[in-house]
Amino acid sequence: MNVLNFVNAFFSDGAHWHGYDGIPQRLLEHVRYSLLALALAAAIGLPVGLLTGHTGRGGNALAFIATAARALPSFGLLVLIVILMGFGLLPVMIPLVVLAVPPILVTTYEAVRSVDPSPVDAARGMGMRESRILFQVELPVALPLILSGLRSAAVQIVSTATIAAYVSLGGLGRYIVDGLYQRDYEKVVGGATLVAVLALVTLAVFWAAGRLAVSPGVRRR
Amino acid sequence: MESVTKRYPDGTVAVDRLSLEIPDRSITVLVGPSGCGKTTTLRMINRMVEPSEGTILLDGADIQQQPVTTLRRSMGYVIQNAGLFQHRTILDNIATVPRMLGWGKHKSRARAAELMERVGLDASLGKRYPYQLSGGQQQRVGVARALAADPPVLLMDEPFSAVDPVVRKGLQDELLRIQEELGKTIVFVTHDIDEAMKLGTRVAVMRTGGRLAQFAPPAELLSDPADAFVEDFLGADRGIRRLSFFPSAGLELTTGPVVPADAGAERIAASDAPYVLVTDAAGRPLGWSDPRDLTAGDITPEGLLPYGRPFVPGTDSLRAALDCAVLSPTGWAVAVDTDGRVVGVASQAAIGEAIRDAHAAGRADDARVAP
Repeated sequence: MNVLNFVNAFFSDGAHWHGYDGIPQRLLEHVRYSLLALALAAAIGLPVGLLTGHTGRGGNALAFIATAARALPSFGLLVLIVILMGFGLLPVMIPLVVLAVPPILVTTYEAVRSVDPSPVDAARGMGMRESRILFQVELPVALPLILSGLRSAAVQIVSTATIAAYVSLGGLGRYIVDGLYQRDYEKVVGGATLVAVLALVTLAVFWAAGRLAVSPGVRRR
Repeated sequence: MESVTKRYPDGTVAVDRLSLEIPDRSITVLVGPSGCGKTTTLRMINRMVEPSEGTILLDGADIQQQPVTTLRRSMGYVIQNAGLFQHRTILDNIATVPRMLGWGKHKSRARAAELMERVGLDASLGKRYPYQLSGGQQQRVGVARALAADPPVLLMDEPFSAVDPVVRKGLQDELLRIQEELGKTIVFVTHDIDEAMKLGTRVAVMRTGGRLAQFAPPAELLSDPADAFVEDFLGADRGIRRLSFFPSAGLELTTGPVVPADAGAERIAASDAPYVLVTDAAGRPLGWSDPRDLTAGDITPEGLLPYGRPFVPGTDSLRAALDCAVLSPTGWAVAVDTDGRVVGVASQAAIGEAIRDAHAAGRADDARVAP
């Protein structure tokens, strides 16, 4: 049997479409973990990135922290935290947030820092306050790059959130973990396919957000 | 400005004990080589740079006395690359300061539309974004944005140096026209001495190290440069440039060599000049010719020498008249009225005479004549 047959068999089995282990339920759990992790990572990465980008200070420290955080293996971190803290949602969120903060932080910092200095100078010269310069002059221009940082963070979270299943939580990782354990490859492939589709949907959502939120003057069309 | 100094933490002195009284409702130009502190001086006026020593007074009050944002909002600020907000439409760019001052959206936009017209921008551009405009148009938007809240003071930091010479001349003429209508107190920074001479009511020449070399009206700079530095900075053609400030009204014109195209043989013969200027029936110049080559009743423009560019006595300066004479193949400058009809011709000798007279009359007339 090839992979396509696995996929076909998995999705045509009526039993996979309802109940607590059904696709809608697992998908919803996965989306929930992902959104929560992205929201936490953005809550840390965006303000710090905006502020350091605006002032231009702390760039080196940021790069160091980001590289260090990237070097941490998510799965190893998860195991370590579960050993320290026990099971639960929080031990799962920590590695996901650690994974997602660096791309958000670094691209936000770079995005704000690379905004053309002359409109900023003009804004300051016409008496605009610093907070307003950041949010009304720099942010709209930096937005496409900031969104791309959020997007790559989101895609990484969606694919990595499968590890939640290793510590007895739900999500699409359930199919992969259980499938491997039960040697049910149909389930493994089905779960992996769902994760891949969700990652693609995430890309589409960010593309649409970019169309809506970025000014045509910045998109240049 | 009273004895203002800007010293940076590394010890560099950008501006050194500069005292300057900037007159109201006129254009003061700060000019000098790069690194002379002219931009720093300008930026100290709106406190983008804080002076290390000295005070800057605006209408008698120290500018340190009021909140920095209030001060800046009372001054228009125009910079080199316009610095437009690329995510906002042209109208919204211009409406920025009115919106900051709490004007309503509608009122701000109406004001922005009014300013677009004033700076010579088509109203249809209002909904466009900055990237859709040329450099010259963007700079006009920059000027309109600075004027939006009708500030009494306008600070301009090399605003026209990034556009090509033709567009720059247009922007300069536009600025002079706007200034005539609005009468702002403008401080204008440039490294281009020609621009300084053209725009400045008074020109402050600064030298490297942030010191003031001379502060005087353009004509005075040309006639009495304070020292070798100023003289050198004004360039080798200072004498020619100075002619821009001499009116051509007193220039002696002659109509002897001017003949209409339909003139008879005796009229052609009567002009004893080596060359005659042929005009059409309306009196407009057609070209020069040797009188011996002309056949009465059969004069066509094809056989004539070009007459170059004419000047308008009284409006143009002696510099323009001299330029005409130098460009003319016969050495004679053609003078026309504002409708383009020939009023006479002037020889190089006559122009030389007029220049000597102007020098003899002492200092150049202060009335500014377009170069």
